[in-house]
Amino acid sequence: MGEKKLMKGNEAFALAAIKAGCRFYFGYPITPQNEIPEYMSRELAKAGGAFIQAESELASINMAYGAAAAGGRVLISSSSPGIALMQEGFSDLAVIQAPVVAINVMRSGPGIGGIQPAQADYFQVTRGGGNGDYHVIVYAPKSIQEAVEMIYKSFDIADEYRNPVMIAVDGMLGQMMEPVVIPEAIPAMEEDEIGKYKPWALTGHKNKREHNTINSVFLQQEVLEDFNLNVLAPKYQKAEAELSEAECIDLEGAEVVFVAYGSTSRVVLEAMGMLREQGIRTGLIRPKTLWPFPYKVFDNIDPATKHVVSVELSMGQMIQDVKLAVNGRFPVGLINRVGGILLSPVEIAEKTKHLLEVK
Amino acid sequence: MSLKRIIVAGFGGQGVLLIGQMIAYAAMYGGKEVTWMPTYGPEMRGGTANCTVCVSDDPIASPVVAECDVLVAMNGPSLEKFGPMLAPGGDLYINTTVIKEKVDRDDVNVYYVDTTGIAEEVVGNGKTGNMVMLGAVLRKSDVVDIAMMDQVLEYKMTGKKAALIPANKKALTAWEQE
Repeated sequence: MGEKKLMKGNEAFALAAIKAGCRFYFGYPITPQNEIPEYMSRELAKAGGAFIQAESELASINMAYGAAAAGGRVLISSSSPGIALMQEGFSDLAVIQAPVVAINVMRSGPGIGGIQPAQADYFQVTRGGGNGDYHVIVYAPKSIQEAVEMIYKSFDIADEYRNPVMIAVDGMLGQMMEPVVIPEAIPAMEEDEIGKYKPWALTGHKNKREHNTINSVFLQQEVLEDFNLNVLAPKYQKAEAELSEAECIDLEGAEVVFVAYGSTSRVVLEAMGMLREQGIRTGLIRPKTLWPFPYKVFDNIDPATKHVVSVELSMGQMIQDVKLAVNGRFPVGLINRVGGILLSPVEIAEKTKHLLEVK
Repeated sequence: MSLKRIIVAGFGGQGVLLIGQMIAYAAMYGGKEVTWMPTYGPEMRGGTANCTVCVSDDPIASPVVAECDVLVAMNGPSLEKFGPMLAPGGDLYINTTVIKEKVDRDDVNVYYVDTTGIAEEVVGNGKTGNMVMLGAVLRKSDVVDIAMMDQVLEYKMTGKKAALIPANKKALTAWEQE
């Protein structure tokens, strides 16, 4: 482990990607993630990588498609409306099974929306976003340190699952500075090693092997069904069984269990302290993966719990997964702000007390 | 030490983001938990700039605060906007180079700092006004140890900027409370 540095979120994300062996980045500007392409434009070439400012988000994700198909470690990043423009690309990456890591520094919507922090892309990132039957694996870090660690992990998960992986943070984590320790660098794969680890990659067959094909078109319905059921479905089942992660805090004896992810979970933690001082015991389930959602940990909720509350910076999106997870065992409430307004600990505490009074 | 929430606000160009960052670096070097959060948005040249720094012994829940313990007001609009957020018993630093009025509040500790005046007279470099203010904050408010600043200055000011370290060190101790 290296030394502790004070870094802005976006810069730490970019550095983490480079240290995790990323050598291809295709960017297009949008607030609040601009420091990522800025950092990459300055630093990636020094690490022997290639930075390209694409002409659009769509171009950017299709450049990622090409580089990933050739076996490269690829990062793209954008913010909510930019991620929306990339969606046909995510669907294509899923079908060609390309390992690409994407960072979404979320801002408010819908439409072009505003540039302040929000979590309004929950549906977009967990429910496909593009067409067809596919999933993107989504990590939701709460701190810059956790984001850095998840970025390292994401490149490995993307390679292992041959699937796009997204890091979903909000503008607050992108813009703030926190001390962070960058883990030891993972050496980038040499070009002649790629074929060994990624035998499917388009590395050039040099007349020494059969040529590889990467294809996203299956016009025969039997072939496509076979691919979906026998290639994609088992992969997603494996991801659901192995990748879902959550942090659980103080669930035992909790009157109220909050469910919150990313930066919002930090505010909830402070609210929990305030409520404790007022004699109200609360717990927290913090999903670290949004897809696969950690449904199983909801079985750990104390049967005596009175309320489960989804706390989110969106108009009630994650609450759908919370309700699926709770499956009628507890009433599920919502505490939220939208449009780029953040929840304060006081507001969460007050609204929680109100929920308990109203029943 | 419990959580200290510091807001530094002023015009763009007054070094308010840097004051906040210097506090954040010092806190980190001192082994504290710390967050630094700037405003970001459709800011314009000559507009306002501010940042919030949270320093604590425990992990920090939110880098965004509704109330602060220390407010550094580098200009009038900042005092107007953030003044009401300063908790009773908090410390208020007024940049009298720009703000001429006295503060009409007796539930907080008010410190008046003529940043540019002191920087010109005592340091001989008017641009070190933000460091004069930072020095005042570090000596009067129990946020981070001012001794950490040597390390921070050496980290932040390298290459050609290293020549400015002595002036900045001088600026940190230039303010004398009236």
